[in-house]
Amino acid sequence: MNFTRRDTLALGAGATALALLPLRAMAQADPNAEMVGGPDDFLAGADAGTGDLTLTAPEIAENGNTVPISVDAPGAVEIRVYALGNPTPGIATFRFGPLAGAQAASTRVRLAGTQDVQAIAKMADGSYVTAMKTVKVTIGGCGG
Amino acid sequence: MISRRDFLQVSMAASAMLGASGFGNWARLAAQQKLTQDQLLQFDTFGNVSLIHVTDIHAQLMPIYFREPSVNIGVGGNKGAVPHVTGADFRKLYGIEDGSPSHYALSSGDFSALAQGYGRVGGMDRVATVVNSIRADRPDALLLDGGDTWHGSYTCYHTEGQDMVNVMNGLKPDAMTFHWEFTLGSERVQELVENLPFAALGQNIFDAEWDEPLPDLFPPYKFFERGGVKIAVIGQAFPYMPIANPRWMFPEFSFGIRDENMQAMVDEVRAQGAELVVCLSHNGFDVDKKMASKVTGIDVILTGHTHDALPEPVLVGDTILIASGSNGKFVSRVDLDVQNGRMMGFRHKLIPIFSDVIAPDPTMTSLIQEQRAPYKADLEEVIGQTDSLLYRRGNFNGTWDDLICDALLSEREADIAMSPGVRWGPSLIPGDDITREDIWNVTSMTYGEAYRSEMTGEFIKVILEDVGDNIFNPDPYYQQGGDMVRIGGMGYRCDVTKPQGERISNMTLLSTGEAIDPAKTYVVAGWASVNEGTEGPQIWDVVESHIRKQGTVSIAPRDNVEVVGI
Repeated sequence: MNFTRRDTLALGAGATALALLPLRAMAQADPNAEMVGGPDDFLAGADAGTGDLTLTAPEIAENGNTVPISVDAPGAVEIRVYALGNPTPGIATFRFGPLAGAQAASTRVRLAGTQDVQAIAKMADGSYVTAMKTVKVTIGGCGG
Repeated sequence: MISRRDFLQVSMAASAMLGASGFGNWARLAAQQKLTQDQLLQFDTFGNVSLIHVTDIHAQLMPIYFREPSVNIGVGGNKGAVPHVTGADFRKLYGIEDGSPSHYALSSGDFSALAQGYGRVGGMDRVATVVNSIRADRPDALLLDGGDTWHGSYTCYHTEGQDMVNVMNGLKPDAMTFHWEFTLGSERVQELVENLPFAALGQNIFDAEWDEPLPDLFPPYKFFERGGVKIAVIGQAFPYMPIANPRWMFPEFSFGIRDENMQAMVDEVRAQGAELVVCLSHNGFDVDKKMASKVTGIDVILTGHTHDALPEPVLVGDTILIASGSNGKFVSRVDLDVQNGRMMGFRHKLIPIFSDVIAPDPTMTSLIQEQRAPYKADLEEVIGQTDSLLYRRGNFNGTWDDLICDALLSEREADIAMSPGVRWGPSLIPGDDITREDIWNVTSMTYGEAYRSEMTGEFIKVILEDVGDNIFNPDPYYQQGGDMVRIGGMGYRCDVTKPQGERISNMTLLSTGEAIDPAKTYVVAGWASVNEGTEGPQIWDVVESHIRKQGTVSIAPRDNVEVVGI
């Protein structure tokens, strides 16, 4: 995979976060994951419903260059995160082995502007669930 | 001036007459209901717990005038809902008689005339009298400060918040949460907070680097045992501080609504035996309404930030929301009956602080004078006079900001002026002197540099659209709780129903009557930039210089903003 500078930033921050969270360290940002393309490439024709996947992200980013996000999907084998408005939407792939204590991960992402962030979790039975959140990136000021 | 007896008819005790037996029972309050002074002071103490709420004082130690907004547009699910009801509609909704003290205290319309009759409001020595009288009824009442306390005046600026800390310590609050306090800078905020004799709460104040809570400096909650009831007070600081205010001044801190963490905290305190859960919030009213619908288990939210004053609580599920105004103009008292870990009923009163009616507390008066003494001559210097009502509150403009924009246009030789849509800042009535203190009351901040820069027409539109979405996004969680940036030298149309990017149209340069050209560059002067390294004279000096030249200022109502879609 060709790392863009943006990807490197995101993964670098994620690695730091993971280092501090040993219980969650079973999840790793897989350097070999194919993040080319968008959600449709990952789903490959399958439907993603809503279910036990929590995507946590701020409503308004404090700093669009480093937005903390986390995903949590009990029973997932893999979670992918996409910033749908970025030039390269794929942000991260987290794969969870059978010994993972929790199927949760945190990282930071850079967002080019106000956009939807989407997480898709592949469950052990091969089904997919998804969650979406709009993150606003604003020029700020004028708060009362 | 009104007599003490008249004042008692004002005290909005109608909601106090209700709610004794539980929820959902309030009829329209009769604001004209006759009360005696004894009734006011006794409040017919109810239940076993009393909460006293003050918020958004903005360093107003002295009595002031404060005109409530006439334009406060609600969008999405909050269209037409309180607090987005103003003027005559507000009075009709709450059964308030035109011209009554409640009219003057709570709504806009005939403000200058009523202000002549009813006089100033607020003053922390008057607030102290009210707090003391509540404590006489209920010695263990909890006093909770919703924040925006250490900001907004000449003395607060020059003492870096110390005047307010000293005065509030005299009031002896039990807990506080935060917003503008952080614009004193991380170091100063930490210094003040570490020495506070009461709790500094914020479940949503996190370390920015690790996105982790900071329980030593800003604990999420504190337990109090009052009236035999185990009470948890959870703090909620302003969620959008690093966006609405300069992030570089407090880079170590991160905020956000974090309602999932709020739920976790509520669950945690309930598990520890909390029988009453109170959220001391600086979210803003609509954000709190939404949060109350998502987070279960909060009994009372003491709202702040959006400066709304409501004579009755708003009920969301089983949560009551209290809105206590701003600038020291109101104190809310909420009495609660808590039995077997459940809130069984409440009695509420929004007490307006009529400065000429409520006797000042002498101890507090001298404490306030002590803070002001070193600056007395500077504060009192008369810079000019006003022929017009000068006020700020309103979604789009106010005469104070029109005057500030005029000052920017002329003193900074600009085509277009921008003034931030903050909601603090008292009013002046026609005939008033304008003192240096008055100017600082509407401009004081730690990043007041008045910049002068070139912007394309396209970028000016981007700014208006961006700020517009902070107010008119139909989802309250995406609102920041301020008002629209004020514009001088330019007109525009705003359709509040449209999405971001489509709200602003018909931008016109007033000096020529020509449409703003997206590609053309204009000289723009403004203040309160969130960007580090902003250069320029301080806004209060710009305004002072302008007013000196004017002598007497006259600001006629302006129509440079056309609002559609209401």
